[in-house]
Amino acid sequence: MALQSLDIKQRSATTTSPPGVRAEATVELAKLIDTTKCIGCKACQTACMEWNDLRDEVGDCNGTYDNPRDLTAESWTVMRFAEYENPKGDLEWLIRKDGCMHCADPGCLKACPSPGAIVQYANGIVDFHEEHCIGCGYCIAGCPFDVPRISKKDNKAYKCTLCSDRVAVGLEPACVKTCPTGAITFGTKQQMQHDAAERVVDLKSRGFENAGLYDPAGVGGTHVMYVLHHADQPGLYNGLPERPHVSAMVRLWKGAAKPLALGGLLVAALAGWLNYVRVGPKEADADDERAAERAKERTDG
Amino acid sequence: MADRIPAPDLLPRHATRERLLHWLVAVAFVFAAASGLALFHPALFFLTNLLGGGPWSALLHPFVGLAMALAFGLFALPLWELNRLTAGDRIWLDRLRDVVDNRDERLPEAGKYNAGQKVLYIATVACVALLLLSGLLLWRRYFSGFFAVGVVRFAAVVHALAAFVLVFATIVHVAAAVWVKGSIRAMTLGTVTLGWAYKHHRAWFREMTRPSSGR
Ligand code: HEM
Ligand code: SF4
Repeated sequence: MALQSLDIKQRSATTTSPPGVRAEATVELAKLIDTTKCIGCKACQTACMEWNDLRDEVGDCNGTYDNPRDLTAESWTVMRFAEYENPKGDLEWLIRKDGCMHCADPGCLKACPSPGAIVQYANGIVDFHEEHCIGCGYCIAGCPFDVPRISKKDNKAYKCTLCSDRVAVGLEPACVKTCPTGAITFGTKQQMQHDAAERVVDLKSRGFENAGLYDPAGVGGTHVMYVLHHADQPGLYNGLPERPHVSAMVRLWKGAAKPLALGGLLVAALAGWLNYVRVGPKEADADDERAAERAKERTDG
Repeated sequence: MADRIPAPDLLPRHATRERLLHWLVAVAFVFAAASGLALFHPALFFLTNLLGGGPWSALLHPFVGLAMALAFGLFALPLWELNRLTAGDRIWLDRLRDVVDNRDERLPEAGKYNAGQKVLYIATVACVALLLLSGLLLWRRYFSGFFAVGVVRFAAVVHALAAFVLVFATIVHVAAAVWVKGSIRAMTLGTVTLGWAYKHHRAWFREMTRPSSGR
């Protein structure tokens, strides 16, 4: 949840248009995470906690550097560490800062049944408005990246806001501000794509032939993008999905099914009533009562 | 439970236990359907107000659904045998046009339940079973976390589909109860008139008035 903005592109469970009189209010923004520059220091995790006033429970060690082990309602970003032995037999430590990707086509928003609990701003940020959240958890089923988490404390869904409150007043997200190696940058999506392209050329010249930008088209592109050394195998980075997309099940459930079912129920109710008005009740009349009496007397003898 | 002995011009149709369970199911259904449809289509989101607003509605829906499924199971499963389709029922179903147009004299005799009631019964039993299973998978607070997200998504589609069929069937069910005069008392007072039974369920009428029926 964040400072409210009028520049809204999509709103959950809303069938009318979003406010739209302002022409081209803003450009699309994006965060670029360069996994090839990340040293896994977790300064970004800490900055996220600090800016958003989040204090997760202190967890335990499972033999990896992942701490906490997973995203939670109080950990909106988590560094995921993977040890990869490349074909040359060398060890590569692949570190990915996990969190919401701020999809252009967000499955969470599509699945959400509560009007205005999830919005997408014109700048591309997908934001949860917890005061409208009803705690159903449909966003979790909708998300192709397994990002939203429902809090056990208040039964509301939480995730990375891309620091929409900071961005609204012209600041960069807290993680970007704090990253000591410059692995996280923030700007217009176009600029970030441009920077990434340059970096990819650089990486290729240094032997990472498959280096590339992760900006998956299946969800319309994302507003958090990764530079990967192995863009041909995103799965190496702790299961980053290769071809993420909003599931066909979710599209059916929150797409065609809605108007068809609603229409079907209306037609059934109307047809039942109109037919009653047309043909009248099915009623046993005096003749039936008399016939029944006679039939009964006959058997009673 | 005490069942009053009906007057000579009445036939007992639904015992007290049956009637109480039926109305428990009906009340639970109204709340479960309202809070469920509210999440299904934004145009119906206002129905969350019936259970006290969005968060309460979403929180209570699975509990109400569970209560409905439980009461429904107790109510409906003993009626299983009575709702088996027979050869005569197929003829009845072939003549739906006559049913709709009130030309009941052209329909084959019905037993305790007619073919339409049996089809609704079977659909309802199937839908409640599917709703129960898929509903548990969708219950984020306690269960969804144990299942792969693909399973939960599938459950969401099944739940929506089964709910649609159940609500559709219930609309037909309620319409029929209003349509066939003298039926409501079967489920409220427990008895029907002889003429009602003679006109709408003749085979059952004969069975009930045979001297050997023990009354
Ligand atoms: C307010 C809504 C409802 C009304 C007015 C209503 C009315 C009735 C009436 C009058 C009967 C007796 C029919 C007869 O004796 O031939 C009946 C039977 C029955 N009702 Fe309802 N009902 C309602 C809701 C429901 C709901 C929600 C369910 C289940 C989800 C349900 C399931 C049944 C079943 C299974 C029977 C027995 C019929 C058979 O076994 O074929 N009813 N209802
Ligand atoms: S990554 Fe998940 S939570 Fe984030 S915008 Fe996409 S669907 Fe929504």
